[in-house]
Amino acid sequence: MTADPRAADGRTIVPLDPSLAPPGTRGFRDAGGIPADQWHADQNGETLVPTHCCFCGVQCGMYLRVDRGGKVFGVEPRNHDINRMRLCPKGINAYQQVNHPDRLTAPLMRRSRDEELREVSWEEALEFTVSEIRRIQQEHGRDAFGVLGGASLFSEKTYLVGKFARVALKTRHVDYNGRLCMVSAAGANKLAFNIDRAGNPFSDILLTDCLLLAGANVGECFPVLTQYVWGARDRGATLIVVDPRETAVARTADIHVALKSGTDSAFFNAVLNVIIEEGLTDEAYLAAHATGWEEVKANVAQYPPSRAAEICGIPAEQVVQVARAFARAPKAMAFHARGIEHHTQGVENCLTVINLCTATGHIGKPGAGYGTLTGQGNGQGGREHGQKADLLPGGRSILNEEHRRQICEIWGIEESELPAAGTSMMEMVWQMQRQEIRGLIGICNNPFVSLPNYAVVKEGYDTTEFHAQFDFFLSETAANAHVVFPVTIWAEDEGVMANAEARVVKHNKAQEPPSGVRTDTWVMCEIARRLGEGDKFAFGSSREVFDELRRASAGTIIDYSGITYERLEETGGISWPCPSTDHPGTPRLFEDGTTYHADGKIHMQVVEWHPPADPYDAEHPMTLTTGRTVAHFLSGNQTRRLGALVEQTPRPWAEVHPSHGFHNGEPVRVVTRRGSEVFPALVTEAIRPDTVFIPYHWPVPTAANALTIDALDPRSKIPEYKVCACRIEHAEAIDEVPAPPVAPGHVAYPETQVSRTDPLPPTAPQGRGTSERS
Amino acid sequence: MMGRTMFIDPGRCIGCQACVSACRECDSHRGKSMIHLDYTDEGSSVASLPTVCMHCEDPVAPCAEVCPADAILVTADGVVQQADTTRCIGCANCVNACPFGVPKIDLQAKLQMKCNLCYDRTAYGLAPMCATVCPTGALYYGTVEELQAERPGVQVADTFVFGESEVRTGVAMVVPAERVQWPVPGGLPVVEINGKDVRR
Repeated sequence: MTADPRAADGRTIVPLDPSLAPPGTRGFRDAGGIPADQWHADQNGETLVPTHCCFCGVQCGMYLRVDRGGKVFGVEPRNHDINRMRLCPKGINAYQQVNHPDRLTAPLMRRSRDEELREVSWEEALEFTVSEIRRIQQEHGRDAFGVLGGASLFSEKTYLVGKFARVALKTRHVDYNGRLCMVSAAGANKLAFNIDRAGNPFSDILLTDCLLLAGANVGECFPVLTQYVWGARDRGATLIVVDPRETAVARTADIHVALKSGTDSAFFNAVLNVIIEEGLTDEAYLAAHATGWEEVKANVAQYPPSRAAEICGIPAEQVVQVARAFARAPKAMAFHARGIEHHTQGVENCLTVINLCTATGHIGKPGAGYGTLTGQGNGQGGREHGQKADLLPGGRSILNEEHRRQICEIWGIEESELPAAGTSMMEMVWQMQRQEIRGLIGICNNPFVSLPNYAVVKEGYDTTEFHAQFDFFLSETAANAHVVFPVTIWAEDEGVMANAEARVVKHNKAQEPPSGVRTDTWVMCEIARRLGEGDKFAFGSSREVFDELRRASAGTIIDYSGITYERLEETGGISWPCPSTDHPGTPRLFEDGTTYHADGKIHMQVVEWHPPADPYDAEHPMTLTTGRTVAHFLSGNQTRRLGALVEQTPRPWAEVHPSHGFHNGEPVRVVTRRGSEVFPALVTEAIRPDTVFIPYHWPVPTAANALTIDALDPRSKIPEYKVCACRIEHAEAIDEVPAPPVAPGHVAYPETQVSRTDPLPPTAPQGRGTSERS
Repeated sequence: MMGRTMFIDPGRCIGCQACVSACRECDSHRGKSMIHLDYTDEGSSVASLPTVCMHCEDPVAPCAEVCPADAILVTADGVVQQADTTRCIGCANCVNACPFGVPKIDLQAKLQMKCNLCYDRTAYGLAPMCATVCPTGALYYGTVEELQAERPGVQVADTFVFGESEVRTGVAMVVPAERVQWPVPGGLPVVEINGKDVRR
């Protein structure tokens, strides 16, 4: 890694002497490799604290600029291996959250939902919470209380969420919002390889000859990865994009397959059919490294290109083109994301992509392999250490007696005390509706915006007798709670995250939290102490939790035991498994051809395409699909408060093809079986005529998730966000288009920080192309 | 040919506006962005490109030439600075003169503002903030040789024709190699590629 050119301008980068660091910062040594003798304090006393972005699964390195008073006030690009100085608009603006006026700085509480939330002392909030936990569990059993965590939390905290639920609350009901992210890919990877992570580092993209992006809108969701995609293209690699929309990356693709949403497995089965027909399979690789090939081969025989063309609504020739490009390439890679994962057959979609890579031998080599792109910063790490309903730390199964015994030894409890597997996030909401779960603690998640079928979610939460929420802003979900605990933001604590490569990176503390704010770790430990389990939660810092996590993962596939904070700061990140402190980590899997199954082989799976859960009919003939915009992150609780990002994408829209006769900005009503909402139309040829797209970062009355269906993949339990039946209608008047809602308690960011230089568009957002053609 | 400068490559732009956000963070005009993001084929394509100051070299910066208050300085290394706050009268002559539509006027402050190639950074040998963060390399800062080493076969243009006037700029634009005789994006005919006259 080269030295960061920031060293040249005289600002302090690495305060090696902690006594020179402003209050609240630590003496970090940057993994960027700045020589120790190159730093010195400048006249302003500014310090650059090396850390990573809080948002997506790329985990770009960045410096937070800290002033002499110890306050974060800006960002500076960082020459980290992952992003090499690049940042997207979310990363550039992320620092503005830290001292944002909307920050919660005191606990909020009400004893019933008839009351308003009011500021209370920590003692009162904790006492009420603990008494409600006791009451509900005594009256209705331990499993009547649930915990929902978040995949934006550091891994230490996600580890603690799992332990907190099972040891302090003794409930089986714990899950997390990563359930809405990449669990379909996780399920497929476990089935095929028995390891839940991507096979290759991002840098392998630069080495590939053919890059297949399936349902991955890299330009908007993972913009910094585009440099790798363009790097591959510079070398002459073929770029294949499978997406119903012409995304920014699809625009430049050699082959853009604009298939109908919900038909991915039929398409990939047909591609494999052609690969077999044309004799392009790698039979030697299959014979040595795969099981199930004959069954898969027989199954895909039913998917000739003509059938895929009919199901997917694409030309049959595209199937042949993709098959030849992928199979003939000396090295090919496939990356997928929510586009093929957010389905009732999300796991199966991913398996068909894995089948392609396996059948062509594109696995386990530099420039050849597979990966999934994680939406949340710790979407990968957030599920590794026991936050998921069926998993214990280290990815152990909660159903496996040996695994249970191992963890109980570390946690100091009897195996009989450890609860059974719980249910998934959406299922927990259904249980809340049925009053099977009567109390809930949510930790940094916002299901009111992020879960499908808002009416069901609202009813579920309204039915709970007690709801507490940890957050640093008052989200739509927190506004529903009885107790809101104000907790630290990412820049106010240290901890690790695992990015989409399974590279563990370290976030550093840049400033002290505001007075009245505690870390999530402290709050969980304090509730546990009050419930009489304090001896098992005697953690004073993230480092202490991480040390227990390392021990708890030792000997598993997800082995963190060789990863230490010091090593992470020295190396810039280590990919697991890393079983010892002298082990370099594992950036690329299966280089020796063996997987983590007992037989060492890839277990290929037969996949039969089936239609989406929400059937089309005369009233609902079109497809509604949802997704993200580059300016906003997930439920928007963070990004909808940052002026520059709000200005960039102020409101959602309905993207429709010109053939429907809408003018740009005209109100369009989108109707599904869950309800209807009105959006300004964004008329563009970049979408299929039978499809309408709405970005999902906003709450009702402009919430895409008020319209989506809460049908789940039977294996991964991921909701089918990417396809439901709908129709579109002309709405009567422009005033039917509701104003973009603001989060409860929202205060606009100070004008001096973000000033507007261009007028906002009247109704539709900038970009994505606009047209009045009909 | 130019030395260390900015290159714009529309083929790589994903319209993410990281450049716009980054420009707001630049210390020389903190809080305001001097970059426009333009959509070249609205309604049928998502194609986009960032517009930054082209730092005209010949004739020397039309904006500076027409400034009645001598508020716009061109440095020895060819960077056309934003207006001097003590001299600018907010008359907008520069806005009318610029062939690329770059300068903006803050009417309240009666002040012209535009990209000054992050002089506070480039003076220290750093890349401008927008080119540093651009996730795709659509904005690139370096020499043409460095660009071509990184992107084999890339062709750039730094001379543009407006009617009968020719403008040579300090900032260059990447043009498709197979279309060197065709207009560059935006409809401006290419007259020079990598220092070579290609009109004949």
